[in-house]
Amino acid sequence: MFGISKINDIMLLVAFAAIILAGPIILEPIGASYPDLLQKFAIFGIFAIGFNILFGLTGYLSFGHAAFLGVGSYAAVWSFKLLSMNAIPAIAIAVVLSGLFALAIGYVSLRRAGIYFSILTLAFAQMSYNLAYSVLTPITNGETGLRVLRTDPRYLDVMFGADVGAAQPTTNFFGIEMTGWPGFYFCGIVLIAAFAFSIVIFRSPFGMTLRAIKSNQNRMGYTGFNSRPYLMSAFIISGMYAGLAGSLLAVTDPLAGAERMQWTASGEVVLMTILGGAGTLLGPVLGAGIIKYFENIFSAFNESVLNSLFEFMPEDVRHVVVEVAGLFVGDGWHLTLGVLFMIVVIFLPGGLMEGAMRVLRIKHSPKVTNIGKSPQRDIVGEGAIEENLDDRVRTAPARSKPTG
Amino acid sequence: MDAILLQILNGLDKGGAYALIALGLTLVFGTLGVVNFAHGAIFMLGAFCAVSINALLKLEQVVLDPTQTTAWGTPLEIRTPYIESWLGEWGTLLIQYSVPISILFAIPVMLLIGLVMERGLIQFFYKRPHADQILVTFGLAIILQEIIKEIFGANPIPQSAPPLVAGSVSITETIVYPYWRIVYLFFSLTLISGVFAFLRFTTFGMVVRAGMQDRETVGLLGINIERRFTIVFGVATVVAGLAGVMYTPILPPDYHMGMDFLVLSFVVVVVGGMGSLGGAVSAGFLLGILQSFASMNEVNSILPGIDQIIIYLVAVVILLVRPRGLMGRKGVMED
Repeated sequence: MFGISKINDIMLLVAFAAIILAGPIILEPIGASYPDLLQKFAIFGIFAIGFNILFGLTGYLSFGHAAFLGVGSYAAVWSFKLLSMNAIPAIAIAVVLSGLFALAIGYVSLRRAGIYFSILTLAFAQMSYNLAYSVLTPITNGETGLRVLRTDPRYLDVMFGADVGAAQPTTNFFGIEMTGWPGFYFCGIVLIAAFAFSIVIFRSPFGMTLRAIKSNQNRMGYTGFNSRPYLMSAFIISGMYAGLAGSLLAVTDPLAGAERMQWTASGEVVLMTILGGAGTLLGPVLGAGIIKYFENIFSAFNESVLNSLFEFMPEDVRHVVVEVAGLFVGDGWHLTLGVLFMIVVIFLPGGLMEGAMRVLRIKHSPKVTNIGKSPQRDIVGEGAIEENLDDRVRTAPARSKPTG
Repeated sequence: MDAILLQILNGLDKGGAYALIALGLTLVFGTLGVVNFAHGAIFMLGAFCAVSINALLKLEQVVLDPTQTTAWGTPLEIRTPYIESWLGEWGTLLIQYSVPISILFAIPVMLLIGLVMERGLIQFFYKRPHADQILVTFGLAIILQEIIKEIFGANPIPQSAPPLVAGSVSITETIVYPYWRIVYLFFSLTLISGVFAFLRFTTFGMVVRAGMQDRETVGLLGINIERRFTIVFGVATVVAGLAGVMYTPILPPDYHMGMDFLVLSFVVVVVGGMGSLGGAVSAGFLLGILQSFASMNEVNSILPGIDQIIIYLVAVVILLVRPRGLMGRKGVMED
């Protein structure tokens, strides 16, 4: 389709896999080469890829995706508590449950489009968050957060004769403990699989339909196309991706708290996607990596680090600079996030991928004037799907004017 | 019977706050066509106007009194607010009435914030799709909220109502109701009718209404409609800010109150019907009352947690039954 050979996609996937698996070496120079952070890159990469399938392809802006992340985490921790410390059942249960949850929310939310949809998803996420904190405390353990205990039953583990209750349980993948580097490689392989699946969706007729819905839903309706089932599938798939990411969060650290469902978390994944470039294949992963990297770096900064950083400045100036910069680092990370949010939306609606395209000038890159109109292209230089109809209409009469 | 009356009263003041915020949201949407996710943050800024006025009035002067000593033998520190030492009893009175005084202060401040926000940011987003407007105002909301957190800290700061209306009133033998909530109810009703009268009976309001109907035609008549809409944005900001100022004695303000109210106010707008001012106001009061009914012990024991989600449930039902909301107009926000 569109002159994209399968070979290109396979090459993209292979390159992506190589970069992820060699991540620890590649990221060494910028000081990001430790498992905890790399796990976060991979997990939030999955989350953003899933969000992109909904927002990037259909243009439906969900503001409640963190709810699915939270559901996935809770489901995974319950699987650790009741079934087994193995990661596989936890992930399976989390994905299925978050899919069902997305089905329920999507059934209602997708009745409306545009801003109504955003508000409805935001309302549902806040509702889940409130419930997790209050009434559902027996399931979610309220403010303390749900954690794995030594005394939990773990029926599957017992069935296979594991010595339950002997030591503090750790999550594993058939005997390999899911902490540190093995944990990262596990997440990384899941990320590669998730990325491969997203390529498949982007290239499939299903993906084309979703793009068509984004470009003009009315016209789809006029041609006798019922867009609801397609939107519904996209919403559920993207919810399942979020559930998968949530379960991986629990796999690498068996703890689930309600704060994962808060609206700031939903906002964060939106930012990751638009920062990288909504509607592109690689953009969301890139955005997730950048946000998590800066979150990590910025949160660790404190006054003494800042002081040594700005040491070259004269005393008085430095004092002011440190004071101002201090607002944005440490606990003030959210402020940086907000500023970044506004800068990206105002100046770079197409995200970094669009910016890179413009710099590299791969083929003709359409200038993106808003997020909804993000370029439907990716790193291999696929032609823009959305033709600039306005321009064509405007220029057509001029061309057909009789010349004499 | 008394219990029902009490719940209705309880719901009215919260409903008043929802109605005031939702009114501003609808007004901005109807005029500028912009979805403002920072409107909750404006409500919060209003509340913190009251907090800062109160803090300013309470600035203390410390005098060491060598004639008296504390239990540790050091001279006793006598702390008196500057304003009291300057104005005597009038100063004390000013501190006690800091919340009503804040209103006078908040009107110009909020108007300024609104105009700066509109000219500096929102005007560049008229033509961009709603997703962009949502995202950029969402970012702004985060920034405002974090700045407030940086200045005032993360803990709620309680404010007190003026002593004249600080107590409670016994409406019947069993219903005891705080005065301030009655004040808030009347305040919100006054403000709402003020906005409606402004739109209904002034030439300015007429032009604005005409602009909401058909912006282009009004523009063709030689009226600078954009400037009037900017002022409407300022008015919406002032309304939300004042709602915040007056709400401080009811709910101690903290930095995230804006987002809590924003989500609910958006639901109110959806239930009332996008683009309908009357719908927003009536849905605000309706949902406020419903919420307070749901938090009754009798209801909560049957359906635990219903008070947390009742508003969302109502919104879901309304959207399934009447997709346009209670009083939604045709053709507004249909896609």
